[in-house]
Amino acid sequence: MRTLTYGQAMVEGLRELLESDDRIHIMGQYFLGLTPQRALVGELAAEHPDRFYYPPIAELGYLGTAIGAAMTGMRPIVDLATASFMFQAWAQITEEMANIHYMSDGQTKVPMVFHFNHGIRGGGAAQHSHSPQAMLWNTPGMEIMLPSTPYDVKGLLKTAASTDNPTAWGDHVKLFMMEGEVPEEDYAIPFGVADIKREGSDVTIVATSLMVQRSLAAAGKLASEGISVEIVDPRTIVPLDEAAILESVAKTGRLVVVDECHRSCGVGAEFSAIVAEKAFGYLKSPIRRVVTEDVPIPFSPPMEEYVEPTEAKIIQAVKEVID
Amino acid sequence: MLPKLSGEQVLEQLRLAIVIRRFEEELIKLAGSRDIGHFHVYIGQEMTGVPALYLLERGDLSFTTHRNHGHLLARGVPASQMYAEILGKETGMMGGRGGTLHLCSMEHGFPTTSSAVGGATPLATGAAFGFQRLGQDRVSVCLFGDGALEEGSWHESINIAAMEKLPVIYLCENNSLEALGQKAGEYPSSTLAAVDLIDLVTPFGVPTIQIDGCDAGAVHAAMGEALHRARSGGGATFIEARTVRWPGNRPIWPELSTGETNFAMAWDSSLVPTEYREWHAEQDAVLRFIREILAEGLIEPEAILAMDAEVSAEMKEAVEFALASNYPPAAAAMEKVLA
Amino acid sequence: MAETRYINGIQQALLEEMADDSTIRVMGEDVTFGGPFGATKGLVEAYGESRVINTPISEATIVGMAVGAAITGLRPVLEIMFVDFITLGMDQLVNHAAKLHYMTGGQLEVPLTIRATCGVGGGYGAHHSQSLEAWFSHVPGLKVVAPYTPADAKALLKSSIRDNNTVLFLEHRGLYWTRGEELAEHEQVALGEAVVRRAGKDITILGVSKMVGTALKAAEQLAEHGIEAEVIDPRTLAPLDLDTIVSSVKRTGHLVIAHEAVETGGIGAEIAARVQEAAFNELAAPVMRVGAPFSPVPTSIALEKEFVPGPEQVIEAVRRSIAYNRVA
Repeated sequence: MRTLTYGQAMVEGLRELLESDDRIHIMGQYFLGLTPQRALVGELAAEHPDRFYYPPIAELGYLGTAIGAAMTGMRPIVDLATASFMFQAWAQITEEMANIHYMSDGQTKVPMVFHFNHGIRGGGAAQHSHSPQAMLWNTPGMEIMLPSTPYDVKGLLKTAASTDNPTAWGDHVKLFMMEGEVPEEDYAIPFGVADIKREGSDVTIVATSLMVQRSLAAAGKLASEGISVEIVDPRTIVPLDEAAILESVAKTGRLVVVDECHRSCGVGAEFSAIVAEKAFGYLKSPIRRVVTEDVPIPFSPPMEEYVEPTEAKIIQAVKEVID
Repeated sequence: MLPKLSGEQVLEQLRLAIVIRRFEEELIKLAGSRDIGHFHVYIGQEMTGVPALYLLERGDLSFTTHRNHGHLLARGVPASQMYAEILGKETGMMGGRGGTLHLCSMEHGFPTTSSAVGGATPLATGAAFGFQRLGQDRVSVCLFGDGALEEGSWHESINIAAMEKLPVIYLCENNSLEALGQKAGEYPSSTLAAVDLIDLVTPFGVPTIQIDGCDAGAVHAAMGEALHRARSGGGATFIEARTVRWPGNRPIWPELSTGETNFAMAWDSSLVPTEYREWHAEQDAVLRFIREILAEGLIEPEAILAMDAEVSAEMKEAVEFALASNYPPAAAAMEKVLA
Repeated sequence: MAETRYINGIQQALLEEMADDSTIRVMGEDVTFGGPFGATKGLVEAYGESRVINTPISEATIVGMAVGAAITGLRPVLEIMFVDFITLGMDQLVNHAAKLHYMTGGQLEVPLTIRATCGVGGGYGAHHSQSLEAWFSHVPGLKVVAPYTPADAKALLKSSIRDNNTVLFLEHRGLYWTRGEELAEHEQVALGEAVVRRAGKDITILGVSKMVGTALKAAEQLAEHGIEAEVIDPRTLAPLDLDTIVSSVKRTGHLVIAHEAVETGGIGAEIAARVQEAAFNELAAPVMRVGAPFSPVPTSIALEKEFVPGPEQVIEAVRRSIAYNRVA
């Protein structure tokens, strides 16, 4: 099979959507952030100038504009660039977008996708490093996808664009150059189906987005020490494939949650609480969380590394749950 | 001034205005005996909403705000379903999920009510964006009060609408004319530095029209102009419809302070009470509309009373329907979170 | 001891703190008139319009203004009428208020208290009924307070105002008119201290805000069946008094967490995650969560009842916990 970068797979997915469905329109252009691959988005825009809209720096205004447009039958894919900017548009996302279908008794649908680049990208400091997916998860009314490979981002995007629900699409800038196999033929990955990224028998790791890759690296090193790690990537947290997580924990009896949200009330807290409640009888040791500490993200590289979930911390946590 | 329409159409508008008036009066009475949450009534603004929305076509969308009942009624949403929704019954348009603050009827072109001040301005802008980019000949109407101009969303929205020449009409119903700021115990009024609201629009180059919101003919003409501009690719229009605030809307919870309307006051000044005389004799837009209709000889006073009796009976029936309706099965609270 | 209402506890705290500290400014939409529930009644008469300031309906800006005022020497107490409206001020709250102290290496402090009404009741619907404490607890740099009694409302508001950080002070609408003992003179309650509202040996029930009352009702009914529940009111959700919770769970071996916020991603998830780690060996059963369903808040009073967990749901969780057989 051919190999593409994450960025190439994403843009290919956007291109195929624009070509196959004329209801799809794109707002914003920072899908690939300011990374070297951003030119791919520029090329796509040049191919479809009438389907791209470059909004003013008005997150609240244009995110709301996309919501309104989605009600008319358009299927907007909106880019909010850095996830931290989402707070400017927070009221439109959490109060309007997420509630409208419910409040209208299903009369009004909001088939849109909004994209953001979350997480610690290196030097982003406190206002450009957020992982807001936990707060979105606490807000019923949207689906949330957090891909971790080129294959997943393209396949999940296809599903996101085809459902009648709003979808939050979180990418991590540090994934964009990663290479992986992507088939030539069309495919879609259904929401709510976890992918076992690595099979193992001693410890389960649940992770999403970049943390899947970091966990895979840690698992590789642990394997050389004779520790077998299974990595469950839910890929979407709404809907969540709870069964896959619980099955894996039933097999290994141990869980490490790796997540880039801040600790308190993070995505990792919810994973931990679900397993602690529903697979308690299988647990041989307490669940450990390897997550971003409860501080704003510092700028200085050593401090940044200190607060974020690192490969070394994952390895240490896996060893702890085994002891 | 009457709208430039056929006599039949003008009388249809009168009926809608009476529907709104009686609907709201019945609702205030109903609220006296039960807890239905915070609601807002449209009394006094009927002659803005009715003629303005009368001109819309099927497929056009209206985005409204917390003072929304009149807008939906003006587009023909059945009162029975509205009362049921406001009472949280399963026969309401949204099965009790939304209530007064989020009334919606897609069939009538109301995709959602945002009860967050300024919440709907981007949505209406976006609907217009969708219409334009999908090549659809439809118009989006954003209905809001003067308070929404205090929110940042307004400035972001009109900027986008202006640059993209979107088919959107911003209809601002300014009912804070006589009051700036907050009076003790009363519903809040504008807290804006701009005394003239259209000053907030002119920098964006969007055409503005300032009208008396109690003048049905002026509303009709302004909306006609705005719709023509929107449909012909001319972009957005901002209309400020100025109305006097109905005395019953001054408290936080609406009160029937001026009593149930006696439409005969329009032609028999001896019926006008001394209390709230100015309201009845000059400010009440529906009474003024009736006086204009009678001056044109479109209908006899007795026929207006008969129309009113019919509407009043319908409203009472609608209330009965809502009261008799069941609450939704409680577990329905879990449904329709996602499509 | 004399009784008072929750709303009066808040009003008294504001009156007293303003008397003691001339840097305090009460700001918000309609505060001179008393706000929608009367919490700020009497302030403008006592301290004038220079210290009690009505703002436009501009949440993004008024949160930002309050932050700006706080870093320049004032101690603002901002009222956000309904906590749902803070969504409009979220950028100023999350990216500024919460982070300025940290980002400036401690050069700035943001002594700001944001009071907001939260919770379901009275058919206010999806835009005026949420419980959003998990969002705020997730943002490092914010403190989150959710008092249950009138005395705590007063004591904790005073502590919040005196705190040099941004504090989200969450007042459940359904508690405003509840009565309770007055705060004793000179009594203080520090932020970050939980309290045991009812002692018991069989199970621990933790309730958040108004759900403390629900937990207490459940405990009374359980007592009739011979189950003695200990009820904990965390009072402050960030920072969380984990010690009080864990020491209770270590004695009872069981924990049920009850809150009105959506269960998924709620504060209950965080408490469960921490307790299973800190008291893994002592837990006789999984930590159970009782929260709102994964849905926006419905408006119909009939649906509201389904949305908000009641004593029955708490009791049901307690029974499941007690009946659980942990295989060693």
